[in-house]
Amino acid sequence: MKLLTGNDLSTGDVVWWTGRDWSRHVEDAVDVGGQGEAILRAEEGARRVNVPYLIDAEATEQGPRPAHIKDRIRALGPTVRPDLTLKPADADAGAWVI
Amino acid sequence: MYRYDEYDQSIVDARVEEFRDQVERRLSGALTEDQFKPLRLMNGLYLQLHAYMLRVAVPYGTLDSRQMRMLGHIARKYDRGYGHFTTRQNIQYNWIKLADAPDILAELATVQMHAIQTSGNCIRNISSDQFAGAAADEVADPRPWAELLRQWSTFHPEFTYLPRKFKIAVIAADEDRAAMRLHDIGIQLLERDGVLGAKIFVGGGMGRTPMIAHEVKDFITADHLMSYLEACLRVYNRYGRRDNIYKARIKILLHEIGVDAYRDQVEAEFAAIRDLGIDPPLAELARITAMFAGPDFASDAPDSVDRSDPDFAVWLDQNVAAHKQPGHAIVTISLKPIGGIPGDASADQIDLMADLAERYGHDELRVTHAQNIVLPHVRKADLYAIWTALRDARLAEANLDLISDIIACPGLDYCSLANARSIPLAQKIGERFAGRQRELGELKLKISGCINACGHHHAGHIGILGVDKKGTENYQLLLGGSGAEDVSLGKITGPGFDEDGVVDAIERVTDRYVALREADERFLDTYRRVGMQPFKEAIYG
Repeated sequence: MKLLTGNDLSTGDVVWWTGRDWSRHVEDAVDVGGQGEAILRAEEGARRVNVPYLIDAEATEQGPRPAHIKDRIRALGPTVRPDLTLKPADADAGAWVI
Repeated sequence: MYRYDEYDQSIVDARVEEFRDQVERRLSGALTEDQFKPLRLMNGLYLQLHAYMLRVAVPYGTLDSRQMRMLGHIARKYDRGYGHFTTRQNIQYNWIKLADAPDILAELATVQMHAIQTSGNCIRNISSDQFAGAAADEVADPRPWAELLRQWSTFHPEFTYLPRKFKIAVIAADEDRAAMRLHDIGIQLLERDGVLGAKIFVGGGMGRTPMIAHEVKDFITADHLMSYLEACLRVYNRYGRRDNIYKARIKILLHEIGVDAYRDQVEAEFAAIRDLGIDPPLAELARITAMFAGPDFASDAPDSVDRSDPDFAVWLDQNVAAHKQPGHAIVTISLKPIGGIPGDASADQIDLMADLAERYGHDELRVTHAQNIVLPHVRKADLYAIWTALRDARLAEANLDLISDIIACPGLDYCSLANARSIPLAQKIGERFAGRQRELGELKLKISGCINACGHHHAGHIGILGVDKKGTENYQLLLGGSGAEDVSLGKITGPGFDEDGVVDAIERVTDRYVALREADERFLDTYRRVGMQPFKEAIYG
């Protein structure tokens, strides 16, 4: 599957395209399929998100899992500061990245 | 320390207001990211993996307690309660919001700080010896010259759009504590026949093409130092490549045309400009130098230290250096606790270090290129009180220049350029060797998460380079580098490893070193004596 991601213009937060808007949680991301480039161009025009780009991901029971470790770290947060990730209470969250 | 005059303050204040307007236009959509990116980078604002990152300049690594407290305040108010001290003697914050950036810069300006020259193809923040003004072995204090370089380079109209970024270090001792010869220009102040001057090295750097700077000028008298440097920069600006970012640094220019041809060009340029008034009037130099006059040291400060607390004695031997003034010492505060994140300090720790500087250290602190903090002027009689306060704040790791005093870039945990994580590896190595690091002696280990080498892996006695191998992290091991006066570049041992594999490989290297070393030989000395082969055999069998 293909996901569309970028960083929120104002906060810099990592965000994922949900089909209608942007979410901080990769679980909300949708497969943009062949529409990725068109959505990307439209969103670039809207200027809410910095440098949006398309990535490959795998559909899993827990939701989309980006193919590359860099995007998995973007999705969760720094592996060395679990307290600053999006899932600070989940002791196994780091395993999802690696 | 240097204090801004009205000109310094006005240009920094003006830059804050200019950037505030640029940020407003970006947030309103009036500027595209392509238009805005070079503007934010000129103010130290990057976009990293998780958020904007702001890199704040600490000129030549020197700051006072008021400035240090401001760094803690920014960490607490605008970030997530911590900052990361860098190999460029700066600090960076990892969780900045774009709308907050102008307010942060405005707050920094109130304590004479800014984020200028921390990014872009300009002359970057000048780096220097963290022991400047305190070391017994310096011929002069390098900071007045570093400050002069700062004033010369800030918003220099010719050098704002160089072919590539440009880093300058200035030292004034034979012992190189600033990796001087791994800078685009390295300046070593010298005294000859009673005249102060400098030896000039050009074309050093790390990155994807590491090179050691060449000696370009044996001795230039101090009164013409600035015009000589101007000539060095002019030749680079004229001939440095702009068609290929990977070949744009001055080290590539020297490599391509040769050091003699470069020197000839510089000498011709210098002859043309040396009498045009580029060098500052002596009165201006005297004004700057006067601000760096040392504190009033107590002449009767006791020289002995009670070593009865064994943990304190270990720290004393490892992290405290000789001061030029009897009864005083230089303290290096390690930001490398075992299992911690190299270079990170919480807002509370930053405040504590500021408090200690104010109470015991003549109000001065330094940031080192090895990502530690220095209190340059403390009385020996106060060392135990300082150590006790540091210990209670987890800042008293006695590991300066040992294997756990690791330089590590932020790596893939934070950096958008990285290919592999650096910090988890540093943590694992620290934990693996915590019990035997003193037995190994001086062993400088440096980790970069990509080929850009922000973690100085080329200059590590042991270096580690993280690479992307088909989507997984892989680590190459290097041996034999040094950023000190015995400068050298490390060599790759062979095929790379996964994260656990490289830690095991380092243990095999250190075991072989212990078996091979003679007397008090450092790891680096043993490596240089026996070569790579015994270590390759230990690693790969």
